Amino acid sequence: MQRARIRWHIPVFLAPAVLVYTTIMIFPLFNTLRLALYSKVDQERIYVGLDNFRTLFFDPFWSEQFWNALGNNFWFFIVHMLVQNPIGVALAAILSHPRLRFAALYRSAIFIPTILSFVIVGFAWKLILSPIWGIAPSMLDFVGLKSLFAPWLGKEEYALTTLALISVWQFVGIPMMLIYAALLSIPDEILEAGEVDGITGLSAFWKIKLPLILPSIGIISILTFVGNFNAFDLVYAAQGALAGPDFSTDILGTFMYRTFFGFQLQLGDPHMGSAIASGMFAIILIGVCIYLFGIQTRMRRYQM
Amino acid sequence: MTRNTLKLALLSTALTATSAMAQDVTLTIESWRNDDLVLWQEKIIPAFEAEHPGIKVNFTPSAPAEYNAVLNSKLDAGSAGDIITCRPFDASLALFEAGHLADLDDMDAMNNFSDVAKSAWQTDDGDATFCVPMASVIHGFIYNKDAFAEVGVEVPNTEAEFFAALEKFKEDGNYIPMAMGTNDQWEAATMGYNNIGPNYWKGEEGRRALIAGEQKLTDEAWTAPYATLAKWGAYLGDGFEAQTYPDSQNLFTLGRAAIYPAGSWEISGFNTQADFEMGAFKPPVQNAGDTCYISDHTDIGIGMNAKTENPEAARTFLAWVGSPEFASIFGNALPGFFPLSKEPVELEDPLAKEIVGWRGECESTIRSTYQILSRGTPNLENETWGASVAAIKGTSSPEELGASLQEGLASWYAPQQ
Repeated sequence: MQRARIRWHIPVFLAPAVLVYTTIMIFPLFNTLRLALYSKVDQERIYVGLDNFRTLFFDPFWSEQFWNALGNNFWFFIVHMLVQNPIGVALAAILSHPRLRFAALYRSAIFIPTILSFVIVGFAWKLILSPIWGIAPSMLDFVGLKSLFAPWLGKEEYALTTLALISVWQFVGIPMMLIYAALLSIPDEILEAGEVDGITGLSAFWKIKLPLILPSIGIISILTFVGNFNAFDLVYAAQGALAGPDFSTDILGTFMYRTFFGFQLQLGDPHMGSAIASGMFAIILIGVCIYLFGIQTRMRRYQM
Repeated sequence: MTRNTLKLALLSTALTATSAMAQDVTLTIESWRNDDLVLWQEKIIPAFEAEHPGIKVNFTPSAPAEYNAVLNSKLDAGSAGDIITCRPFDASLALFEAGHLADLDDMDAMNNFSDVAKSAWQTDDGDATFCVPMASVIHGFIYNKDAFAEVGVEVPNTEAEFFAALEKFKEDGNYIPMAMGTNDQWEAATMGYNNIGPNYWKGEEGRRALIAGEQKLTDEAWTAPYATLAKWGAYLGDGFEAQTYPDSQNLFTLGRAAIYPAGSWEISGFNTQADFEMGAFKPPVQNAGDTCYISDHTDIGIGMNAKTENPEAARTFLAWVGSPEFASIFGNALPGFFPLSKEPVELEDPLAKEIVGWRGECESTIRSTYQILSRGTPNLENETWGASVAAIKGTSSPEELGASLQEGLASWYAPQQ
């Protein structure tokens, strides 16, 4: 019997990607996890086991900041799920309407903010909402609703929601595009068959299209989850590393940044920073696993 | 234009460097003040070289944000310059402890500086001083003279007069009484708490007592400034909660605000932006006749690389930096960055002159949180930012703020436990 030939072309073609991915992704990831198990005492790095995590979760000072950041992160995510994704679906449904004029123009206009840098978005919205030079107060004044204006980014109770809505404004184009593509892939025959059975208009959307695009909505939810729990840029650009006012916009990303690199007189602590980064990694991993094993496998798929 | 000046400056450095090769000693200065490159090339270095033939000086700054990292790696690699510009407090102390900065206590020029001035570059016990103090920034209030004349307000000396002035501007309605926002947080602590605070905790006396553990942040002297800040909120502009630092600067220089809680580093910027006459007044005291205290915060120092090959020349240069001549060149070229020497320097800029004059009337101190107290976690300086903002907005009472700051400090700082 002839021995199976080693198929050399497989490792050869895999090698470049595996090497690059290992050096710039896998190695740093595991090194970060390892760094979280050390601490610096008297200029020397020593192994401390899970001590950093004990500090993070049980020391009152650290745990208060951690839970605050985690809670803010969940609120950030909830706002995206409740506002960004439904609006994205609705926009896609409107755009895919065959008789809508200038659909391409609307599509581009809504998608453009997505390609802007966070710094530009943060700065532009800070100016728009500025109580001194912003156009938001004058526009509200114009329609006689000046009393509704508040310095939203400077108030503990509104700042995080305001930032979440700015982020929604920036990223609503992504769910819109994905759903739009999914809607276009629904064959006309199915809709026509529905029409024959008397299902038209809105009920066609709820009864035929929505079940068919549910898998796409699932993907969008998980992308939103990962994106939100990794978020950092917008808060940093708009509110700075201290995520004011009074840490009300502090999310895991800014908390990690402040701890890892230090801020003003606070010196950086790479070990505690790594512990927070490991925590973020674990949270995202758990979230993705719940989705993959708990939701995606049970989702009903229809052959189209 | 700027690029040409820079090229010229670089070219001249190159020329002086090559011509120096023959027999002269060349000193290289590490600095983060790349804004001051032209000043060094055109004024400071020629003045020094004229007096000290045989020593050439080369100023090689790097970007402020990169300076600490660049300097550390250069020092570790042994390629750093002979002269090192020193950041205040812990950053430089770490360099000294690692053996990178030389002890300069034996230099005569050190006697030109007060203890407060030297405190930023000393070991905790004050035994060794490793940088010559170069410049400080002073806190106070800058005001719009035209606005004061128009509304008929006198320059306040006491706290009661201060709030009466603010109230008058508020009633008049043409000016925002005071330009400050809480969005960026640090202004509230730096230009708020540490500006007016020294009058309450009696400057150095209170600051040292806090470090020694004899006073607590819950003491009246340390919470009373928060109670005063709480009264500021009513006089800041609409929506001050979202007002940023540049917003405040613009409000003042556009003439829309009457008073600006300031640091002296604003002077050159304000001089070019504002088209009205400006004056300055020091942090108001509680009762007329009280001793006044000002925050005269040490910001830049200059020291010697412990491994330099030209220690004699480096010491000569540092001694000159400690001299009145250097102080006068530096102070006039950068109004708002005040030389720290004991001997007063004649400044030309009227606003800078007014502010530096307070040194003669008041006791100097530095920001309370900078030395030693911000070494641990939670970081007292960062906590003070949040506390000052909370005080101004009125979201916490001064007693609550004092208690939570004290709890944070006591959690890691032994003398406060």
